[in-house]
Amino acid sequence: MKTPLHDVHSGLGASFTDFAGWDMPVRYSSDLAEHRAVREAAGLFDLSHMGEIELSGPQAADALDYALSGKLSAVAVGRARYTMMCNERGGVVDDLVVYRLGEERYLVVANAGNAAEVSAELVRRAEGFDTTVDDRSAEVALIAVQGPTSAAIVGAVSDADLSALKYYASVPTTVGGREVLLARTGYTGEDGFELFVAADDAAAVWQVLTEAGEGHGIVPCGLACRDTLRLEAGMPLYGNELSADGSPFAANLGRVVKFDKEGDFVGRAALENQPAPETVLVGLTGGGRRAPRHGYRVLQGDDEVGEITSGALSPTLGHPIAMAYVPVRCSEPGTTLSADIRGRLEPVEVVALPFYQRR
Amino acid sequence: MTIPQHLRYTKEHEWISVDGDVATVGITAFAAEALGDVVFVELPEAGSEVSAGTPCGEIESTKSVSEIYAPVDGEITEVNQAVIDTPESVNSDPYEQGWLFKVRVESMPELMDAAAYTALTQEG
Repeated sequence: MKTPLHDVHSGLGASFTDFAGWDMPVRYSSDLAEHRAVREAAGLFDLSHMGEIELSGPQAADALDYALSGKLSAVAVGRARYTMMCNERGGVVDDLVVYRLGEERYLVVANAGNAAEVSAELVRRAEGFDTTVDDRSAEVALIAVQGPTSAAIVGAVSDADLSALKYYASVPTTVGGREVLLARTGYTGEDGFELFVAADDAAAVWQVLTEAGEGHGIVPCGLACRDTLRLEAGMPLYGNELSADGSPFAANLGRVVKFDKEGDFVGRAALENQPAPETVLVGLTGGGRRAPRHGYRVLQGDDEVGEITSGALSPTLGHPIAMAYVPVRCSEPGTTLSADIRGRLEPVEVVALPFYQRR
Repeated sequence: MTIPQHLRYTKEHEWISVDGDVATVGITAFAAEALGDVVFVELPEAGSEVSAGTPCGEIESTKSVSEIYAPVDGEITEVNQAVIDTPESVNSDPYEQGWLFKVRVESMPELMDAAAYTALTQEG
């Protein structure tokens, strides 16, 4: 599948990779330079592969309270919430950002690889509620501007009052005369914005942002740096840190499971009865430059204790960083473990997440 | 992407430049671009013996890691310390500053010429 911006990326000389069936830019020139641009200036991302599903109607809030782990009825209009869809076993179907657009209107944003399942599940779970589920993924494009200069760039091309637009909030506005939903959200650990636009307007909005970003250091960014940026920020990636068999509690996401909301929700019984997790997600840092990667073994002494879920040489920090599931007894920051990096054990230390936090 | 005419190539995307009995080895621009930004290079030690077609080092980018294969049988005579210190030269100058190691050739399998390697990179 191709996003509405595919030709734009080709014109920019992007290298492409398959991601969940989408032909996506992995980098335009250098993924390190793109990573640095987001940390120091701004990066422009095409995220149109992600799924957008709208719920509307008098019981949209109730339907989402039942379908998802969070209490979406408590989210104020104009605000957004990081949440999850769980299965009956308490595993994670997907992690989501849900925007409340109106009293009776929500936008659910799902990962590309899970969008079809989330959409189908929402339809199924909304049965019996007075709400309409509308999968708008094909007609909605998503463009992100992330980095310390992103507010200057977006501010120059929209009438929205960005000083009033808080983190995890959204507002309808226009950019270059095109209607957009402007959200202050992202997946990079920086200040940034995500713009939901009609697919037909995507190229025009991309162009407006590119021009506005000249002088603010904006560069187009591919999925390679998106992954290293989110890893530095300690953010989980579905398929690596999260899975249908994994527990939200083990992933340190207990805060987004709202047992105190009224009524049942899918996965509640399993989650309430789940024993405390035996393994938990931790951050690991190493010396040298050889990075532990997804699937590598984690050891304590000679004993295999866990597995790396994500790892890379941190472009910002200059040393290897990784996340891994390890037994609770090995999860205290300061604990020394080792990672089996292609047959050679390298020492790693458990550290608190995130690895990187913006000043 | 131009592929230098005067070099020889392997299917593992190494290039080889032969001068007398010493071969200089690097990875091609095609391979470097596929890897992305190279952040770490591990090379065999000078004096060690390598054999053609077997791994003798590692090359790592932010996204992935690949093995470096010895293209010939022989003894490593020199490794490029500059490329260990600044691995990005593999991307910026793969055929000159980005060379990896030199090896005294004891036996050399048949290698591809530029035309054959060009065909290989276009197979997709």
